Amino acid sequence: MAKVLMKGNEAMALAAIYAGCEAFYGYPITPQNELPEYLSKHMALHGKAFVQSESEVAAINMVYGAAGAGARVMTSSSSPGIALKQEGITYIAGAELPAVIINVMRGGPGLGGIQPSQGDYKQITRGGGNGDYYLYSLAPESLQEAVDLIKESFDIADYFRNPVMIAVDGLIGQMMEPVDFDREVPKWDLLPKTWAADGNPQGREKNIINSLYLDPLVLEQHNLKLKAKYDEMRKNHQRYELINMKDADIVIVAYGSVARIARTAVEMLTEKGVKCGILKPITIFPYPDQAFAELPDSVRNLLVVEMSTGQMLDDVKIANEGKLPIHFYGRVGGVVPEAEEIVQAVLKIVGGENNG
Amino acid sequence: MDNVKTIYKKSEGLSDFNLSYCPGCTHGIIHKLVAETLVELDVLDRSIGISSVGCSALNYDFFSCDMVQAAHGRAPAVATGIKRVKPNTIIFTYQGDGDLASIGIAEAIHAAHRSENITIVFVNNAIYGMTGGQMAPTTLIGQKTTTSQGGRDAHIHGLPLRISEMMATIPGATYIERVSVHNPQHVQKAKKALKKAFTIQKENKGFTLIEFISTCPVNWGLTPKDAIDWAVENMIPYYPLGVYKDKTVGEES
Repeated sequence: MAKVLMKGNEAMALAAIYAGCEAFYGYPITPQNELPEYLSKHMALHGKAFVQSESEVAAINMVYGAAGAGARVMTSSSSPGIALKQEGITYIAGAELPAVIINVMRGGPGLGGIQPSQGDYKQITRGGGNGDYYLYSLAPESLQEAVDLIKESFDIADYFRNPVMIAVDGLIGQMMEPVDFDREVPKWDLLPKTWAADGNPQGREKNIINSLYLDPLVLEQHNLKLKAKYDEMRKNHQRYELINMKDADIVIVAYGSVARIARTAVEMLTEKGVKCGILKPITIFPYPDQAFAELPDSVRNLLVVEMSTGQMLDDVKIANEGKLPIHFYGRVGGVVPEAEEIVQAVLKIVGGENNG
Repeated sequence: MDNVKTIYKKSEGLSDFNLSYCPGCTHGIIHKLVAETLVELDVLDRSIGISSVGCSALNYDFFSCDMVQAAHGRAPAVATGIKRVKPNTIIFTYQGDGDLASIGIAEAIHAAHRSENITIVFVNNAIYGMTGGQMAPTTLIGQKTTTSQGGRDAHIHGLPLRISEMMATIPGATYIERVSVHNPQHVQKAKKALKKAFTIQKENKGFTLIEFISTCPVNWGLTPKDAIDWAVENMIPYYPLGVYKDKTVGEES
């Protein structure tokens, strides 16, 4: 199929249909509304389920139900709505159910604003709800990458029996780009969902979907089983991209839309003779600490750039293991950093010695 | 032993687990009625039950069909999520008054509002049992609980909420009835109500809710017999039994 020009929210919606999504449950919130709007029409055309729920809390619990019945299911929201969904998300993780959750981030805290932000980094990467769990979290920088990752995310969720969070910001949701929906994405080896409570026993034992374990020793075993899953994600399923790393003097660490803006900044810096690379986390959980071990010896500084006041800094510090000086540049409140600002932030660090 | 025949046995809809309920509580009777109804309507093998949070939280072990444990108050949303992807299943939620009338009132109302083809089994004993006897939206005026120690006062706590009456005002609801299980006659009536509700669901005719007036001997501080008497004397007058909504009236059966 040729590329089609689509708005981000609609492209992400269509990607879910391509992935075989059987149900979408959601509640309106800006800046992700085009996503459920698109699905309200197109899920029905494909004979799939769509419900506009009474609240985010209800939506995520509908997701819990459908996931427990073995269906491929998705919800989407934006930052304050994701906060409301955390109740259901922890149940989904606790009951080991697969589901895909798209977060089109906006500024906060509280009602905040409706412009792009990356202020949910901790809400996404630290579990978010109660208890000891994590979401496999993917942060695309373009519509094509978002579409490819969403198509794959349903497999990833099924494989790990764990929710997958697609972490984008309002910029990705609102912009238009040409997208190819037929690009091949990795297929994961999946087992039949013999655990599903789908009301279709056919001779099998009854299935129970549950996150309640009143016996501490049993709950401990469950927690350790979940931990083994997260350890496996950390060990074997980190994703990242190292860009323009040859002889790099300084490396920008940035994900999502900011990584994309950083690409332009790097082109501008190259013209000025500054050797600047980009370390782009694609998974923000598991955090790609392996990427930091691959940085060339030429790198003397790290510059973290975010649309937050530095929510990712802790992870960078852990991954850096105290080796390189870490600098930070952030814009917040829905303000998107321009490439020129990032260039200036880099030049301030490298001292302008290469600034022809 | 040739002349011995089985005239009564535990329903196939129940598992062999020991129930976790306190002696004298009517949850056991209601479980039995739900299980028998699913078997008699021949839908047990395509049924999925949703456990809620409260005394019945562990009943995913007690019914023999597939079961899903839901977050506090969210069972109707969970039921919606399942029914929309598995329309051929029979879905019931089993919720107490704290779960449905308080924290889950939005989910209950909107499941009815959307006319979800599910059945809610609502057990109203006018108190939070599992957490130790706190006041519920359905706690009666003057009733002492651990969070209304001087008795429920309308000026402070408001008047008790009548769920069946309220749910009956929702255009999407198909069938709403309040029943009691305080004597064998009413147990039979309650069974009939459940059969009606699940038959409506089986025929894809929409949302049904059966409210059970129930007891809590332990948290009411009464013996099982006195608790039954208290329910009859105090609860039923405020929560009258009967059919509050029946959209199937006039249809050919």
